[in-house]
Amino acid sequence: MDQDSAYTREQVREFEIVGQSVPRVEGYDKVTGRAEYTDDIDLHGMTYAKVYCSPVAHGIIKKVDVSKAKEYPGVLDVIVGEEHPKKYSVNDLLPTETPLAVDKVRYFGEGLAAVVAISEQIAAEALALIDVEIEELPALVNAHDSEASADNLIHDFAKNNTNHTAEQHFGDVDDALAKSDVVVEETFYTSMVNGGFIETQSVVADYDPGKRKLTVYNCNQLAHTLQHTIARTIDMPLDDIRVIIPNVGGGFGGKTEATPSVLIASIMSRKIGRPVKLTYDRDESIYQNKGRHACHLSLKLGFNKDGTIQALDLSILLDGGAHSGWGFVVLWFIAALTHLPYKVRNIRYEGRRVYTNKPTPGAQRSFGGVQARTAVESCFDMAAVELGINPYELRMINAVETGYKCPSVVEVRHSEFKKCLESVATRSDFANKWGKLPRGKGIGFAAGHYSSGGAFLLYNSSRAHSTANIRVDTEAGATVFCGVTDIGQGSTTVMTQIACEVFGIPMRKVNFICQDTMLAPMDNGTMDSRATYGAGHAVKNAALDARSKIFDVAAAHLGVRAEQLQCKDELISSIYDDNRFINFWEAVRMYQEVQGTVFGTGDYTPPQPRGDYDGKIIGPSPAFGFTAQIAEVDVNLRTGQVKVLKYYEATDCGKAVNPASVEGQVEGGVVMGLGQALIEEIVVDRNGRVLNPNLHDYKIPTTMDVPEFDSEIVDAYDPTSAYGGKEVGEAPTGPVCAAIMNAVYDAVGVRLTEVPITPEKVFRAMRGQHSRGLELETTTIGFHNAKIRSV
Amino acid sequence: MKQVVHLNINGSPYDVMVAPNATIADVVRRQLGMTGTKLGCEQGDCGACTILIDGKSHLSCITLAVASEGKEIVTIEGLEQNGKLDPIQQAILEKQGVQCGICTPGVIMSAKGLLNENPKPNHEEIVVGMSGNLCRCTGYEKIFDAIEAVVEGEYDDAATPQVGAE
Repeated sequence: MDQDSAYTREQVREFEIVGQSVPRVEGYDKVTGRAEYTDDIDLHGMTYAKVYCSPVAHGIIKKVDVSKAKEYPGVLDVIVGEEHPKKYSVNDLLPTETPLAVDKVRYFGEGLAAVVAISEQIAAEALALIDVEIEELPALVNAHDSEASADNLIHDFAKNNTNHTAEQHFGDVDDALAKSDVVVEETFYTSMVNGGFIETQSVVADYDPGKRKLTVYNCNQLAHTLQHTIARTIDMPLDDIRVIIPNVGGGFGGKTEATPSVLIASIMSRKIGRPVKLTYDRDESIYQNKGRHACHLSLKLGFNKDGTIQALDLSILLDGGAHSGWGFVVLWFIAALTHLPYKVRNIRYEGRRVYTNKPTPGAQRSFGGVQARTAVESCFDMAAVELGINPYELRMINAVETGYKCPSVVEVRHSEFKKCLESVATRSDFANKWGKLPRGKGIGFAAGHYSSGGAFLLYNSSRAHSTANIRVDTEAGATVFCGVTDIGQGSTTVMTQIACEVFGIPMRKVNFICQDTMLAPMDNGTMDSRATYGAGHAVKNAALDARSKIFDVAAAHLGVRAEQLQCKDELISSIYDDNRFINFWEAVRMYQEVQGTVFGTGDYTPPQPRGDYDGKIIGPSPAFGFTAQIAEVDVNLRTGQVKVLKYYEATDCGKAVNPASVEGQVEGGVVMGLGQALIEEIVVDRNGRVLNPNLHDYKIPTTMDVPEFDSEIVDAYDPTSAYGGKEVGEAPTGPVCAAIMNAVYDAVGVRLTEVPITPEKVFRAMRGQHSRGLELETTTIGFHNAKIRSV
Repeated sequence: MKQVVHLNINGSPYDVMVAPNATIADVVRRQLGMTGTKLGCEQGDCGACTILIDGKSHLSCITLAVASEGKEIVTIEGLEQNGKLDPIQQAILEKQGVQCGICTPGVIMSAKGLLNENPKPNHEEIVVGMSGNLCRCTGYEKIFDAIEAVVEGEYDDAATPQVGAE
């Protein structure tokens, strides 16, 4: 490098390890079966708990007699709800849940009692001895009915079973709609789906009676939030509880809350002074759900003739299931998600979330995004038809760019969204296919975005969202302590890459210690696609802090100013003169001789925008990822079966720190969306009983269901990020339902407005178009002829 | 009534006392401490518990231990030899066919069973052969890539990989 171009490698974005598809750090353990998950843990004196699940969805508890179960040989204890009536929820937002039902059951499968025994078998046998009497109440299984019910209340405090309401209005929507040349309007329904992680929720609680401390092993995404929930709910000092997250067998948002099992096991372990393991069976896992909210949406979009969007008017009704959970947040999140990725200035949003006697939904990948995108992207397609503008062009006309400021305080600091749109349109030859394929074949466009760690902090404090500490010494190499959780998305690998990039040392010299509240500093956890962006910043800052100390020693030794040093291949050298160098570890050793171990610390908190409207804390994000997608489908004209043949996707995730992992997020995210689009739905009968609490009736996509993929990571670098990277984990799931709905419309000319798009719905819709006699019937199952109004 | 069964697992003999309804998954996970075999449903739906019995893939969560005497059982722990991975393991690792990893042992054992029966499957045969293994993370693309790489001989000379750039 000559003197005039003496930039650091970061300035010219030439990286050694960032940008490489490095295999997973823990991958060897995972392919050999060594990797330990919660249920794999075996502790000395282990005991096993099982939960008695309510056989009814709504009712008054008259009796839970556990006396016989308590006497059963091998049973150590039995607890019932009234012993532990303290309520909890996510971050204490309107707490409604208790570890076991108290006085009343509100969903099918809710725990009534729990048995702990010397074996799982004995615990299961003892459950059969529990005598339960419940006075059944009518189950409310439809959000509209629930809202209309004034006297049958699921929670006494919630009038009309309403959990939360939300309203936002920016600009003047009525005026903008009146002035629009074209207004499209439609109602939609997105179904309740389950995370479908292959590892059911499991916990080992280990209370040490000598130290009066509790260690909890649980497959959870938010270690520190979980620690708080346990402390508050079972009344223990926070620092007496240590949460350790073993490998997590899939999370997708569903493992961001405390399951009742965590609290039950903690209570029981404290009571009997032995470790307690509680692993849900698949049916229990589905009863505990915390998957995606079912949502009724009613949307109006107004456009000018030139295709510019004028107004967005959305009202929604969320089916909240039995408890509060993430409800408040998802309600506001859907509002926030309507402001992007198109430049709409007049936005009105009205949302309600109501309680029903169903398994409680919570967070799931593209939280709020699937609902918002399904409606908005479908209406874009309808508008394209009406305006006579190709759907790709219509999106390009309205797409946000770097620097865009929403009418709310949401700001897009970096966007290559247009590159995404262009990429899929070109690769799929969209312009020559849309509207031109033979009947039965269709192509559909949809797009979306997602935030990358919002301003919202779960911990109810003003502290940093992520903190990392690093210790560097010749005894252990570089050891990073960070609270972020790897749920399979690869954060441990990405964080290790980031630390290596700063130090210029190989991956195997870095130890990454995370997922342990005693060892790792507080972190907001793995949610909202924040790990690479938020925790990545903290790790980089900590590494830079440690490196500056090492550089000071190297600088004195080499006679080179510290800011003129670089680190590469375990050598610290002058950026001007490669011959002036010192081995990295030699510099570390020299530091240690005089000052001891090298420590570095760094943190990250996203900018805290100040708005003065309701819901302002939800939505702003330091970065947004973008996606554009095109589905090609084949619709069987005889059966209505939709087969997705090919799927094009383009992602703006900034700089891909690990491109193969990014592809994995995109492919997995799209396939999760395909599941919801075509086959997934938790089915509840009119009594609130879950009819498909297993993996043969609750279908998730298999190898046979996935289309051919053609995806691209567009060239991008977000300068606000640690190494240019931002979210990718959630955006790809959002638009999938709409892409397929739009492709089905292109194939057979009927607009499906409800997922899953089953053969029956498509068949009826196709018949409805040809036979007026069937049309009335079909509208009741979620199909409508598109209502398009030209003004 | 419990009884002793003599099982051959990963080439070693094990005498275990089991109930008649104990599955191989129960035995290896709870009695022998081999927790590499995973349970996702315990109903034969997800494939996470797949093992090899006499070279063919089986679901250990619905296979009784008492019915497995005299058979050659291989679990995920039996593939790696002296720190050297089986080509499928290495391909899944390097092609990032592993994310959360809970389905991975089952995926690897199914792929092994598939290749035992058909060493040169085409893409369609791989899709069908792996259809009993649910993976919620990967969307299956990278799993296909890995198996296809093995079929094409890319991992014939598998050696212990070095994790990360050196």
